[in-house]
Amino acid sequence: MITLPKDQQGIARPPTRWETGSNVAFRAMTYIVAFAVVLLVLFIIFEIGWAAGPAIKRYGFGFFTGVKWDPNTEEYGIRPHIWGTLYSSVLAVIIGTVLGLAVAIFLSERFLSSFIHAILRFFRVQHHGFWGKLPDGLEVLLKNLVQLLAAIPSVVYGLWGIFVISPLVQPMCGWLHKHLGWIPFFDTSYNPYSMLPAALVLAIMVLPTISAISRDALVSVPPKLRQAAYGLGATRWEALISVIIPTAQTGIFGSVLLAFGRAIGETMALAMLVGNANTLSWSLFSPANTLAAMMANTFPEAREPNLISALMYAALVLMAITLLVNLLGAWILQRASRGLKGAR
Amino acid sequence: MEDIVVRNRGVEAARVAGEAITLGQLERSLRRPRTLLNFVLSFTTTVLTLSALVPLFSVVYMLAAEGLKRLNLEAFTSLPPAAFEEGGGFGNAIVGTLVMVGMAALISVPLGILAAVFLAEIGPTTRLAQCVRFAAKVLSGFPSILAGVFIFSVIVLRMPTYSAYAGSLALALLMLPTVILTAEEAIRMVPAKIREAAVGMGATPAQVVWKVTLPTAMPGILTGVMLAVARAAGETAPLLFTALFSNYWVWDNGLSNKTASLAVLIYNFSGMPYENQKQLAWAAALVLVLVVLTTNLIGQSLSRRDPQE
Repeated sequence: MITLPKDQQGIARPPTRWETGSNVAFRAMTYIVAFAVVLLVLFIIFEIGWAAGPAIKRYGFGFFTGVKWDPNTEEYGIRPHIWGTLYSSVLAVIIGTVLGLAVAIFLSERFLSSFIHAILRFFRVQHHGFWGKLPDGLEVLLKNLVQLLAAIPSVVYGLWGIFVISPLVQPMCGWLHKHLGWIPFFDTSYNPYSMLPAALVLAIMVLPTISAISRDALVSVPPKLRQAAYGLGATRWEALISVIIPTAQTGIFGSVLLAFGRAIGETMALAMLVGNANTLSWSLFSPANTLAAMMANTFPEAREPNLISALMYAALVLMAITLLVNLLGAWILQRASRGLKGAR
Repeated sequence: MEDIVVRNRGVEAARVAGEAITLGQLERSLRRPRTLLNFVLSFTTTVLTLSALVPLFSVVYMLAAEGLKRLNLEAFTSLPPAAFEEGGGFGNAIVGTLVMVGMAALISVPLGILAAVFLAEIGPTTRLAQCVRFAAKVLSGFPSILAGVFIFSVIVLRMPTYSAYAGSLALALLMLPTVILTAEEAIRMVPAKIREAAVGMGATPAQVVWKVTLPTAMPGILTGVMLAVARAAGETAPLLFTALFSNYWVWDNGLSNKTASLAVLIYNFSGMPYENQKQLAWAAALVLVLVVLTTNLIGQSLSRRDPQE
């Protein structure tokens, strides 16, 4: 072992006992916390499943097919709620996909900045210090504005839905019911608290999810492919439809699934708008109910153990559905990013 | 790109038929189906994008028009009105939201950062790390109402009544995955050079984390914390049956009693048939949106100043 002369040892020294001790303690602490996070998720699933136990034993599979939810006779069935949850989510995702995909294409194809660039070129100021930055600046602003939709709390959307959307669609719905009432979608008269306004508000809430992830998928299509399509003489939309969107389709589909997962679990806007009526109907204008909305409306007053257990059973079903949809969406997104790496 | 002469199907057909190509066939005008389709689709996309922004402006307009009517000092300092009462405000709801979100942050931020340190520094490739990442993703995908259901079952049923503690635990559950995932990302952004320099000088792993990695990653971590706080402040579903609502101040009732929050107040008042309550709901919504958006913007501005980016 080499020992340095006293004056060259400087400040180097082995860690003190306190330093090694605190190191071990800190590492152990991070291990424990990490482990606790995993346990927490397992505990949540176990706890809700355990609390649902009595109801599972009592109602079994009939819980899914029953159409009555009556605390007085203790008859509990969630078929209307599952139907309402899926129906509202599918409607919302269809509307949200149309709008969100349009926004994603608008942003990824840089419609706005090329439009503004064209205006600037007309005035010959496209290289100006201030004006030259305008196209990119406005593009970023637009992107942030769409993301702002995701930041607004859902209870505010509910409030807005009650006082703006519901009265707004009323005249149109009245007309549809009067003249096209034979179509199952329009066969009841319009109720201000019903499926259509709820689905519309829900669509706006899932729009940012779809547009953000789809835009990422579209932007990450290798530029080679786009240039090759243009080189063959394709117009912008021929390139989009036959090359770019098919390449990005896995990512787009993943975004739609994630949005669907969000829509299924969304509570407040639906609890405020959907009408809280256990009906099984195709009609867009009749009140309905969803799993989450029913829980939000019933839990605060729930006191009898039987009702609570049935509610827990419903929560378990909701958890299973969202878990399934979310995992599927995450898996598809992962495959999408892996697939694109191959294309490069 | 626009100036390139586009070869189209007409030209193709002409060549197959052995005819001479005329310049007219190369024309890019709206009379040709493909260019017309291109124009129509571009136009539709623009219209749809603009209509996607209409709700945003409508919400902002309604908040300003309806909310500002009642946004006075009384709204911030007084208790919610009873059914036919005039005046009143939502002072206790603001306090309740701040207290519960604050307590939730005190619980979830230290735990989240510790878990993130484990994921990014201590054992990034271990089996446990994979499980933690998976658990955090599952947790972040859970509907927020399930956090309320879980806390209701674990805490509320075992306590005499709804409480601010239960509410803040439910919010902490929702904040945790956001904090973990963003903090892990932020810690990973710290350049390996800096970390290796600290190790080379003889620092223990704990010292590297405390003195080098965490301070460097702090802006990114704070962004995640602010985003989580903003999300928690706007959440209603997990508070509905954990904290419920109260017409009194937190300091009069205590934390182990029903507690008001802005979000639940908006929900309760929106369903009431009284004009006074509806106006208060809009004013409370304006306050809530302002709080959420400011927190969001502060969070984003923090990471923009991050020297690593």
